[in-house]
Amino acid sequence: MSAATETAARPRPTAAAPRTRAMSPTRARPYTPWLFLLPYLTLFAVFVVLPAVLGLWISLHEWDYTLEEQPFVGGENYADLFAAGSGTSDVFWESMRATGIFTLFSVPLLLVLPLLVALLMHRRFPGRNFFRAVYFAPYVLGVAVVGLLWRYLLDSNVGLVNFTLGVFGLPSDIPWTTAVPAAWVALVGVTVWWTLGFNAVIYLAALQDIPAELYEAAAVDGAGPWQKFRAVTLPGLRPILTFITINTLIASANMFGQSYIITQGAPGRETRTAIYQIAETGLRNYQMGDAAAMSYVLTVVLLFISIFVFWLFRERDAKGEKTGARR
Amino acid sequence: MIVRRHRRMFGTTAVLGATVLVASCGSPQAPASDLREFAGSYDGPPVTLDFWNGFTGGDGPYIRQMIADFEKEHPDIDIRATTQEWGDLYQKLPAASFAGAGPDVAVIHVEQIGTMVERNVIEPLDDLAEALELDADDFSEQVWEAGEYDDARYGIPLDVHSLAMYYNTEHFEKAGITEPPTDAASFQDALERLQAAGYETPFWMPSLWPAHLIDLSLLWQGGGEPYSEDGGEATWNSAEGVAGLEWMRSMVDDGFSPDSVAIDAQYVAFKNGETSITWDGIWQINDLKDSGLPFAAAPLPAVAGEPAVWANSHQFVLGRHALTDADKNDAAKVFIAWMSENSAEWAGAGMIPARASVRAETMPGSVQEPIAEEIDALRFLPSIPGVGAIQADTLEIAVASAMLGNAPPADVLDTEAARADAQLQANLERFGE
Repeated sequence: MSAATETAARPRPTAAAPRTRAMSPTRARPYTPWLFLLPYLTLFAVFVVLPAVLGLWISLHEWDYTLEEQPFVGGENYADLFAAGSGTSDVFWESMRATGIFTLFSVPLLLVLPLLVALLMHRRFPGRNFFRAVYFAPYVLGVAVVGLLWRYLLDSNVGLVNFTLGVFGLPSDIPWTTAVPAAWVALVGVTVWWTLGFNAVIYLAALQDIPAELYEAAAVDGAGPWQKFRAVTLPGLRPILTFITINTLIASANMFGQSYIITQGAPGRETRTAIYQIAETGLRNYQMGDAAAMSYVLTVVLLFISIFVFWLFRERDAKGEKTGARR
Repeated sequence: MIVRRHRRMFGTTAVLGATVLVASCGSPQAPASDLREFAGSYDGPPVTLDFWNGFTGGDGPYIRQMIADFEKEHPDIDIRATTQEWGDLYQKLPAASFAGAGPDVAVIHVEQIGTMVERNVIEPLDDLAEALELDADDFSEQVWEAGEYDDARYGIPLDVHSLAMYYNTEHFEKAGITEPPTDAASFQDALERLQAAGYETPFWMPSLWPAHLIDLSLLWQGGGEPYSEDGGEATWNSAEGVAGLEWMRSMVDDGFSPDSVAIDAQYVAFKNGETSITWDGIWQINDLKDSGLPFAAAPLPAVAGEPAVWANSHQFVLGRHALTDADKNDAAKVFIAWMSENSAEWAGAGMIPARASVRAETMPGSVQEPIAEEIDALRFLPSIPGVGAIQADTLEIAVASAMLGNAPPADVLDTEAARADAQLQANLERFGE
């Protein structure tokens, strides 16, 4: 309720008493919203803004926090990343490639499969809540649990997955954790199994928000299931689609735990993702400057991809409005 | 880690930044001004010591028993033990010490000593060794010298532990093998007999841990050394190193091991009786005993030349934190001395006590006895600053790639050795001043 409606609903203050009006306890003071935001802003400033700025500062140094001196090196850490043959560039770009491969294959699956699950769970059938819980359940597990579980299940020589394949007469010697591309199939598969529930729940919430009248109207117009899906469901989901896409994209680009635990980067460094490499460089080898530079390069790449996604979805919205206006 | 939702784009940088931020809240402490000469005993006021270690496995109960015994004898000294994975321990030690929250006493692996000295985590213990008249005589010379860095003593050895050859005694009996193999010819013969007896893949060769420890053992057997004297160059890509790794890969090519053995698979297979021989650390003894498997342990056969095996040693070190308080400093040294003298209990954890006197008392009849007898064959990594992390990021990758058949051993060893050289050189410059 805004201040204007508030005063309008009250007996009109007389001109003789402007002061009491100014001191009204219900009137919003200009700093009220800031006070409400303060707890979050404090956390945001301390744990996001400050470290991000500090990270930029660190990336300009040869930074080893256990030593007394942190020599300033300017853009050298960045230059090294773009100079072939330097200590950090080869492994970094190899890890960026790994992140790219993982993102490329996991994001489409994580956009489409949860939608199918959500459409299924949106229907009325006995035991619906049970199945909803079943699909969401893996998401509750931590990455360590998921990683260890699948590391043993997927083991090429003693794992249950290959054993089961063998029982059905399929090839039973697939190196799920020790060779590409099988390792990518395993990592993407495990991630989809693990996180599918989260996107599905968001889709489900959005589906429940689409007014039933629209479907009724479509039915009256003689629309079949596919036409209803295209003309009603998809446009209804559009607002959250941007969120889901960006969120899934960034989550996939930040993949670390699965390859750290399941493949340990094997074979060689091929499934070592960017975050994995950054953690190794900064936290294990104490090259915090190099690691900070790497994470800024990754950040910039993600920034551009996110802008592209926003642009992609906005463009379509604008077109939709135009065609809508013409009608 | 994927999908912790609401992850912001600055997340990764923020984590790194936050770590530094936390670490930089403290600053290296100044030592207390009234530190006294170590007297050999403690009679000050009650004191609590922070003791960090990485005994998370079957060795945990034994260290806890030793601590309990110590506290019973020293009612004035309370030990607050913190146990975490070794990998985490080595990451947190420098950060915690820098922030003034490090331990008073810790146990670390011997090759970490150089790293921890250079990162200002630990302090010399020469006075303790002098006061207790400890010297190389009561320890094996190699392990005693390994606790020194830059002409000062930093580590008091608790134990030595190495790789061992575990074999399934039932399989050996069926294959008609009476003595554990000791060299290349007898090992080859044993593998062939086991195959003839129906054990198709008798010796699973891992691609990850402990594959690089096997590789180092073979390098030493062939007469090579992993690093140059000054610690500025990796030499595990020498002819001996290449030969060792080629032999490891030949186990797969010759059909004694399946291909693509992933992490821990060879050990699981051994416990399940799927493979007859595995080379692993002696710290697995209790786990194997509990599994009920009919097994025995023997020294690694000298398949590449002379008997030699990768070994390591748990060493007690004095944390920088203990210097802030004279009482803590004394109590910490009393604790270290007592733990070293009373390490008989530790043999139960599957380890080999470092002291000759304790060994003579505890080893006869134990599973690890055959390995303890070969104590002169043990080889330790030199205590080069940063060597642990560098090796994990270079040698382990090379061994894994070669074992998975992705690259010829010589090529991949050369590539990774060049990377290791660059990092070692950078460390020499960093710590050189």
